[in-house]
Amino acid sequence: MSYRDMSIGELLALAPPGWGGALLNGLCLSLQVAGGGYFLGLLIGMAGAASKLSGGPVARDLWACYTTGIRAVPELVLILLLYFAVPEALNGVLTSIGVGEVSIGPFVSGIVVIALVQGAYATEVMRGAIRAIPRGQIEAAYSLGMSSAKTFRRITLPAMLPGALPGLSNLWLIATKDTALLAVVGFTELTLAARQAAGATKHHLLFLCAAGVLYLLVSLISNAVFKALERRATRGMSHG
Amino acid sequence: MADSRLPPHRLGLIAVALVIVTLMVVQMQWGWLPEYREAILDGLWLTVVLMVTTSVAGFLLAIPLGLVQVKGPRPLAWLARGFCTLIRGTPLLLQVWLLYYGLGSLFPYLPGVRQSWLWPYLIESWPYAFAALTLSFAGYEGEVMRGAFAGVPKGELEAARSLGMHPLTILRRIWLPRAVQRVLPTLNGELVIQLKATPLVATIAAVDTYAVFGRIRQETYMVYEPLLLMALIYLVLAGLITLAFAAMERAGSRGR
Repeated sequence: MSYRDMSIGELLALAPPGWGGALLNGLCLSLQVAGGGYFLGLLIGMAGAASKLSGGPVARDLWACYTTGIRAVPELVLILLLYFAVPEALNGVLTSIGVGEVSIGPFVSGIVVIALVQGAYATEVMRGAIRAIPRGQIEAAYSLGMSSAKTFRRITLPAMLPGALPGLSNLWLIATKDTALLAVVGFTELTLAARQAAGATKHHLLFLCAAGVLYLLVSLISNAVFKALERRATRGMSHG
Repeated sequence: MADSRLPPHRLGLIAVALVIVTLMVVQMQWGWLPEYREAILDGLWLTVVLMVTTSVAGFLLAIPLGLVQVKGPRPLAWLARGFCTLIRGTPLLLQVWLLYYGLGSLFPYLPGVRQSWLWPYLIESWPYAFAALTLSFAGYEGEVMRGAFAGVPKGELEAARSLGMHPLTILRRIWLPRAVQRVLPTLNGELVIQLKATPLVATIAAVDTYAVFGRIRQETYMVYEPLLLMALIYLVLAGLITLAFAAMERAGSRGR
């Protein structure tokens, strides 16, 4: 049976010859890479914000180079650069300490790339949010004898959350959309899956629109979740 | 002044950076540069032209998009909001492909299109690239303009109305200039984002900077040299945009 005679429902069916399953698979991969990259990016951002605010002068300048550089170069270029460089650098390190080469799949490289990009933006978001915390709150924590780790966990983190959440929700949306760029290096996430389905069936509009709807659903659901989180984080504050 | 900006540690960092750059220049192979100079300049030209034209066109589209969301008939406001959500909720790469492969595959089947004057343009890739980038800029900026229009103080508009100005005159003389004034500081970031979006057009065979370097990589079998130079070029372009805006802001604040 040729694709030409199939109905839309049959084309989007989950089981082959329908391509719906391939699309959902792509969506899963996209979300995994976005999630992994986002989480790692948050850790990078946390470290970056901490050392930009209270690190030494050299560390501060190096972080500034990282955030400026990443934010000025197109993600597509970074992805190409890191996609080739990260596995090679890692293998170089591993061989030099005598472990031997490991093969790094596109999945891990993808996560690393997204994380490095996200980290640069997350650094700025968190730095802004931490700076917005009244200095006295943190000083009060220190004066009560809290360690800096405890201060961070008990005071800084909850106090910065309301200020950081809008930026962080934006970053998550950027992460999900940036995964689409991995299509260019041949990683079969949602966009490339849609493109392959479109190429095979010659129903370009249908499959690209279907992928668009999936992305849109992800953004709308994420938006709702982050709205709820924001309401939770700002409860007890005046809205206004 | 000089020592406040150049403390010893920074001099050290600059020295390290210079060593790295020198090593790159000496150790890596740059012999291919003269041969591809023309192609790179052509690609650079397309990148800059695409960025500037799509930003201007996108901004012009964003004005009505923002306006109808603040003060338009309900259906129009919903349409504009839907458009912004759609653009902001899907990856630009998908939008580019949707226009080029999706819509582009429909055009040949429309009756009369092949004979029309549009046809020679519809089989090129740059109109799709232009359209996708323009719509994307309009979608993101439309949301910003909505906020800007809504943020103009009510009193200024009421004052204009009480002077008997026509609504269109109010828009032209008060509302629009005040709203644009509010978004100007954010335009710097938006332009850099638009610059970073242009390489996506290389995926539909438009020959911009990114595509040129892709070709160089294929023909010379080199991985890092072309990529690093390309990253540097984008870095410099983004820096130039930021510098231009800083200069404009200084010129703007001098008058006040």
